[in-house]
Amino acid sequence: MYQSSMLGKPARDWTRLEQSYRGRMERGNAISGNKIVPHQDAVALMEAVIESGDRVCIEGNNQKHADFLAAELARCSPKRIHGLHIVQSNIALPTHLDVFENGLAEKLDFCYSGPQGVRISRLVKDGQVKVGAIHTYLELYSRYFCDLTPHVSFIAADAADRDGNLYTGVNTEDTPAIVEATAFKSGILIAQVNRIVDRVPRVDVPGDWVSYVIESPKPYYIEPIFTRDPAVITEIQILMAMMVIRGIYEKYGVTRLNHGIGFDTAAIELILPTYAADLGLKGKICRYMSVNPCPTLIPAIESGFIDGIHCAGSEVGMSDYVAARSDVFFIGRDGSMRSNRVFCQLAGHYADLFIGSTLQIDLEGNSSTATHNRITGFGGAPNFGSESRGRRHASPSWLLAGQEASRDPHRMPRGRKLVVQLVQTFSDPTSPTFVERLDAWTLKDSFGLPLPPVMVYGDDLTHIVTEEGIANLLLCDDLAEREQAIRAVAGYTPVGLGRDRAVVTRLRAKGAVVYPEDIGVDKRLATRDLLAARSIKDLVRWSGGLYDPPARFRNW
Amino acid sequence: MSGSYLEASARNRILGLLDPGSFVEFLGPTARVTSPHLPELDMPVAFDDGVAVGEGKIGGRTVLIAAQEGKFMGGAVGEVHGAKLTGLLERAIDIKPSAVLLLFDTGGVRLQEANAGLIAVGEIQRAVLAARHAGVPVIALVGGRNGCYGGTSIVARTCDWIIGSEEGRLSISGPEVIETVEGAEEFDSQDRALVWRTMGVKHRRLIGDIDRVVADDIDAFRAAAQDYFGKSRPLALDALNAEQEFLASRLKRFEDCRDAREIWARLGVNESGRVPDLNPDEFENLASSCAVRRP
Amino acid sequence: MEHLEFRFPGRPGLVWKAEGKLVGVVGSGNLEVLIEPADLKGDCLATISTSIVGFGETWRQVLTDFMERHTLSDIRISINDGGATPAVVSLRLDQAVADYLGAAQ
Repeated sequence: MYQSSMLGKPARDWTRLEQSYRGRMERGNAISGNKIVPHQDAVALMEAVIESGDRVCIEGNNQKHADFLAAELARCSPKRIHGLHIVQSNIALPTHLDVFENGLAEKLDFCYSGPQGVRISRLVKDGQVKVGAIHTYLELYSRYFCDLTPHVSFIAADAADRDGNLYTGVNTEDTPAIVEATAFKSGILIAQVNRIVDRVPRVDVPGDWVSYVIESPKPYYIEPIFTRDPAVITEIQILMAMMVIRGIYEKYGVTRLNHGIGFDTAAIELILPTYAADLGLKGKICRYMSVNPCPTLIPAIESGFIDGIHCAGSEVGMSDYVAARSDVFFIGRDGSMRSNRVFCQLAGHYADLFIGSTLQIDLEGNSSTATHNRITGFGGAPNFGSESRGRRHASPSWLLAGQEASRDPHRMPRGRKLVVQLVQTFSDPTSPTFVERLDAWTLKDSFGLPLPPVMVYGDDLTHIVTEEGIANLLLCDDLAEREQAIRAVAGYTPVGLGRDRAVVTRLRAKGAVVYPEDIGVDKRLATRDLLAARSIKDLVRWSGGLYDPPARFRNW
Repeated sequence: MSGSYLEASARNRILGLLDPGSFVEFLGPTARVTSPHLPELDMPVAFDDGVAVGEGKIGGRTVLIAAQEGKFMGGAVGEVHGAKLTGLLERAIDIKPSAVLLLFDTGGVRLQEANAGLIAVGEIQRAVLAARHAGVPVIALVGGRNGCYGGTSIVARTCDWIIGSEEGRLSISGPEVIETVEGAEEFDSQDRALVWRTMGVKHRRLIGDIDRVVADDIDAFRAAAQDYFGKSRPLALDALNAEQEFLASRLKRFEDCRDAREIWARLGVNESGRVPDLNPDEFENLASSCAVRRP
Repeated sequence: MEHLEFRFPGRPGLVWKAEGKLVGVVGSGNLEVLIEPADLKGDCLATISTSIVGFGETWRQVLTDFMERHTLSDIRISINDGGATPAVVSLRLDQAVADYLGAAQ
C-alpha cells in the first residue's frame, strides 16, 4: 500500500484485477499443473478459477459453440459459484439456460436466443433471469471493451498445440473479439478444442493469451444453417429477385452489399448468372459481399460476378471450395479460410446495401421478428440493416440514394445507405406481413423491456420489395406518403386493401411506388428455369465437385 | 424435349416424352372425375385425381402413358387415380401399343382412402400382369421427388422394365417410417446420402432391381424407353421360379452387409464411396460390368 | 372446405374458344386453376373450392383485379385451392390465361 504524498490518505490499489488473475491461476494450477487439462477435471477447474459475481462469456454464435464447457459450467456447484453475470452473444443451447436454473447465474446481457426463445421468456417471467439488455453483436462486443469485459471466457477452437496456441480455422467467427477483451483485462481464457496437435496449421490465438486448454470428448457440432436448397425456391421468390436486381441493384449500381440469409436472397444469388447477366450487369453489381459462404453463391462466383467475399463464419461442406478460390475469400497462409464476425459486420455496415427479410412491417416501415411469447433478440441484422451515419466515403449508389432522400437543396447534403426489406405480403394466407401495430409492442409490455424490440427502424429503411412491387421510401415526402407507399405494395393484406388509390397513383408517377411493368420486369420469366442451379446437385456441379454437401442434402 | 424430368409436372413429363401434338388424354381435368372420399374428409380434390393418362406416339410408335403428379398428396394412389391406371392397362390389351409407360412419383397408397386405395393398387398390379401376358411391354419410369414407394413399388417391380434417374428411389417403406419404427440409430432418415444409398436408383441398378440409369433429362428417358419397345420379359412359371431363386441367392450373398457400400465393394466396385458422384454414362459403364443380373 | 362462386360481367370483344387448360397443382400453399370456354351469355364465372375458410372477400378482390387485367368473356374458371397466398393465386390465374390464349392461337 503506497501513501499518497499529495493528500495524506491511503492510495487506491490499482492492480486488483491482476492480483485476482494470479489468485485464480494459482488455484487453477493446483487442479492442473499443465496448461492442457483433462476433460474430467473441467468442473474442478471451473470451480477453482471462477468467482461468484464474475462476468462470464461462453462463446457460440450461430455456428460453433463451446458446448462442452457450457455443459460443465452447468454442473458446477451453486454453493461454490453463484451470482454470475452472463455476457455472451447467443443463448442457443439448453445448457446456457441450465446455468440460470441451477442457481449459478442471475444476470444476462446477450444478443440472440432463437432456439431458446420460449424457455428464456419463461425464465425471465419467473425472475430466474434478469436481463440487462438485448444487444446486437457489434454492440455487445463493443461493451467487452467498455463496461462488460468478461472475467472468464470459454472459447471453442478446432486445435491447440501444447503451448496453447489455437487454430480456429474457417469457423474463427467471434473468437478474436472475445479473446482480445478477456486476455488484455486480466481475464481467464479457457478453450475447448477438438484435438491437441504437435503443430497447429496456423496460429489464430497466441498461446500466451490462453489460460487453459481442454480437449473435449466430442468435437463441437456445426449446424449447416446457411445452406438453402434451390429445390424449394418458388416462382414468387424469383419474381421478387428480378425486381431487386432491376429496380435496385441495377438502378443504384450496387457493388458492395450484404445479403441477410434466407431463401429470398438465395433466389437473387441464383439468378445473377442468368437474369442479371442477360441485362449486362456482370461487373457492375454484387462485386463485394459480406456474408457467410452460402452454397447458393457458387454459380455467381463461378460466373465471374463476385470479386471478393468476407465471411462472418463458414458453412458446412464449403471448406474445399473456399480454399480453392483464394482470390475471392480470405485465406490464411495455411490454405484454409479465416472468418471474423466483427470485421464482416463492419464491412457490411459500411457497404452500399443491406437486404434481408422479416416477419412484420408496420406503416412507418419499422420491422420486427418478435412474436408474443418468445424473446429472440436481434443477432447482427441491425448492424447491417441500418444507416451508417459515420460513413464519409462516396460511391454512386450512396450519392444517388442521398439525393433521393434530400428534401431541401439548401441543407447540407449527405449520402445514404440502401436498407431493403424483402418480404412476401403473406407468409401464409392467414398471416399478413404488413400490420398496423407490431407484436413488438406487446412484447415490450409483457417482458418489461424499455423499448419495443425493433429489428430495422423505419427511419433507416429505404425500400420495401414485395411480390407486388417496390416502395421507395426515399422518394416519400412525409409519413403520410410513406404509409401509402407501404400500403401500395402490401397487396391483399388488410393494410394493402386500405390504400388510397389516388395517392398511390401520384406516388407511382414520381417513382415512390414501382410495379414490375414500370421497370420492365416480365412476370412470365419468373419460373424456376431462370435459376442457374435448381438443386444441391447442380451446385456441386457448378463447383466442379469442390462443394461437399452434408448428408442431409444429398438426394442422389 | 430436353429438360429436367425431376422439375417437370406430370403432364409436362408426358408432353416431353411424346412426339409433339400426339398426346390424347383420357379422363382429363375437364372431365372432373374426382375422388369421392376426400370431400368427406374436408380435403381438396384435384380435377384429374393426381394422375394424367392417355395415348400418344414416341418415334411414330403408339404408346399408352400415365404420369403421377407427385405434388398432389405425394402422388399417392386413391380410388379414381388407381382406376385410371387400371383402365389404361386394360386398354393396352385391346390396342396392343408398343409399350405402356408408367411414370411413378408416389409414396404409395393414399391412406385417406384406406381400403379403396389398397384395392386399387392390387387391381393395377393384376392389370400390369395381364398387359404383359398379352405381349405388351410395361415400362416403369422412376425419377420424381417422391420416388416410388409402398404398394406402388411392388407394382413397379412387376413391370417388364424399370428406368430411373439418380434422384429417383424405389423401396417399400419410406425412410421416416423405418426411423420411427426402428429408431434413428438403425436408420437416420435425415441422412439423405444414406437414404439414397439404400433405396436410390443407382443402388437398385447395382443389385439388379432396375434395368437402366439415365440422366435427369426427359430426352434421356425417352431414348432409354424406346430401347425396350417390343421387348418383354418372360412371364411363365419357370421365369418366376428363376426370379425366386435369384432373390434367395442374392439375399444370402449380401445378408451380412451393413451398408450398400459394402455390397458394391463386394460386387467389385472400386472406391464404392464415389458411386453417387459418377455421371449416368460413367455409372452405366460400371453397372454393365459389376451389377447383379436379373434372370 | 369452403365453396365460393363469383360471376363477373365479361369484357366484350374477343371471344376465345380453346380447349380447357389446367395450371398448377393442389397442395399445401398451392392451387390448380382450370380455365374453359362456357356459354355464360358473355359473362365469366369463377368457382373455388378452398381449404382455408373465411377469405371470401380476399378471393373476390383478387378475382376482380384479375378480370380487370384481361379481356375475357364466356370463360369458366374452376379452382381447387390448398391454401395458396393471394400472390400465388394471381400468378396461376395469369398463367392459366396465358396458356389458354396461347393454345387458342
